[in-house]
Amino acid sequence: MIELRKVSHSYGDRAVLRSVSLRLTERRIGVIGANGSGKSTLARLINGLVQPDTGQVRVAGLDPVREPREVRRRVGFVFPDADAQIIMPTVAEDVAAGLPDRTSDTAQRRVTEVLNRYGLGDHADHPAHLLSGGQKQLLALASVLVTEPDILVCDEPTTLLDLRNVTLLRRTLDELDQRVILLTHHLETLRDFDRVLVMDEGRVVFDGAPEAATSYYRELMATPW
Amino acid sequence: MVRRAAAVSRMFPRVSPVAGIGTYVPGATLVHRAPAGLKLALLIIVVTGVVASQQLWAALTAVLVAGALYLVAGVGPRHIAPVLVPLTPFLVLIGIFHTLSADVHSAVRVCAQLTAMVLLGGLVTCTTRVSAMLALFEWLLGPLRHLGLRPERVALVLALTVRSIPLAATVWRTSREAYLARGLRGRPHRMVVPVLVRLIRSAESTGEALAARGLD
Repeated sequence: MIELRKVSHSYGDRAVLRSVSLRLTERRIGVIGANGSGKSTLARLINGLVQPDTGQVRVAGLDPVREPREVRRRVGFVFPDADAQIIMPTVAEDVAAGLPDRTSDTAQRRVTEVLNRYGLGDHADHPAHLLSGGQKQLLALASVLVTEPDILVCDEPTTLLDLRNVTLLRRTLDELDQRVILLTHHLETLRDFDRVLVMDEGRVVFDGAPEAATSYYRELMATPW
Repeated sequence: MVRRAAAVSRMFPRVSPVAGIGTYVPGATLVHRAPAGLKLALLIIVVTGVVASQQLWAALTAVLVAGALYLVAGVGPRHIAPVLVPLTPFLVLIGIFHTLSADVHSAVRVCAQLTAMVLLGGLVTCTTRVSAMLALFEWLLGPLRHLGLRPERVALVLALTVRSIPLAATVWRTSREAYLARGLRGRPHRMVVPVLVRLIRSAESTGEALAARGLD
C-alpha cells in the first residue's frame, strides 16, 4: 500500500503539492491533471526522487526518504522521455544495466526473456538510440520491469508517441501483473482503471471511477481562467 | 538559393547520430567470441610491437592481418568506413609531412602503422559488447577498491560517456534543424547556448532515471 499523509512540496516559492493525503491500494490507478498540476511531483514522491517538505510518504511501510534503495527496488519508474532513460549503448545492455551481476548467464537469460516479451528480442544488439519512439518507450518499460518491481509508476509515457504506439503501450500495461500508477493526458487509456485521481493546483480535486473522473476533468479544463 | 543552402550546410555539418564509437556489430564468429580481455591484450601487444619495431613490413602485415580479421568477423565496409574515412585527411597530411621531412619509405611506414592501429582498435569495438568491456574494466580496477574507488561507478561513467555521444549528436542535429526552420542563417555560435541547455537537461533527466533504477 502507498500512503501519503498531508504531503506538501514547493519548488522555490511555487507550491506544487498542498497537503495531499491519499491511500493507494488499487491495482490500476490513473492520475490526470493539467501541466503543472502536481502529477509528476506526486509520482516522484512515491519513488523517493522528490522529498516532501512536510508530511509523510510510505510505500509498503517504507519511507522513500530514509530507505530510497528499498523503495526503488519495489517501485519502478518510467519517464516521459525514453531517450533520457537509456543509459547503455545497446538494447540488451540497457535492460541488463539494472540487474546485479549483469554479465552472468542468469542475467542474460532474464534479459532475453524480457526483451522477447516486449517484442524487442530481434533488437537485442541494436543501438538503443536508433529505436523508434514506441520501441524506446517499450525498452524503458522493459529496463524497469526486468528487476520485477511490485509497483510501476509511469509518468506520461505516451506523451511523445503516436496512436499506434499509445495503443501498444496501453495493451502492454494492461497485461502487467504489477500494480500500475499511470499519469497521462490520454484519458481513454484509463477506461478500465480501478481509480482515477484528478489533480489541480497541487490538490486532488476528484477521486473516483474513470468515467466520472474524466468527465470532471473535461469540465474543469473547459472552465476559462 | 541552392548555393546558400549548401553554405549553411557546410557551416552546420550534419552529425550522424550513429557515431562510430560503441557500435557493436552482432555476430558469433571466433573474433566475437574471444574474451574482451584477450582482444584488448592482443591489441596492446600488436600495436606496441608494430610501433616499436619501426619496420615497414611489420606495419603492412598488421594492416593485412587487420583486414583479414574484419573478413573473419564478418564486419563489412559499412562498418569499416566510419573508422577509416575520418582518418584519411590526417593520413594524407602526415604522409606529406614525412615525405618532405624524411622520405617516402618513412611516410608509408607511419601511415601504415596508424591505419593498423585504427583498424585493429575498430575491430575490437565492433566485435565486443560495451558491457563486456565494462566488466573487464571493473575487474581491472578491482584492486583499487582498497583505496576507496568503486569500479562499478567508473564502469557506469564510461558507459554513460559512450551513450552520450549519439545523444549529443541528436541534440545538435535537432537544434540545428530548429535554427534553420526559424529562417536563421549563419552565426553558428548562437546554437551553443540552446545545445548546452538541452544537454544539461538531458543530463539531469538521465541522473533522475539512474536514481529511479537504483543505479545512483
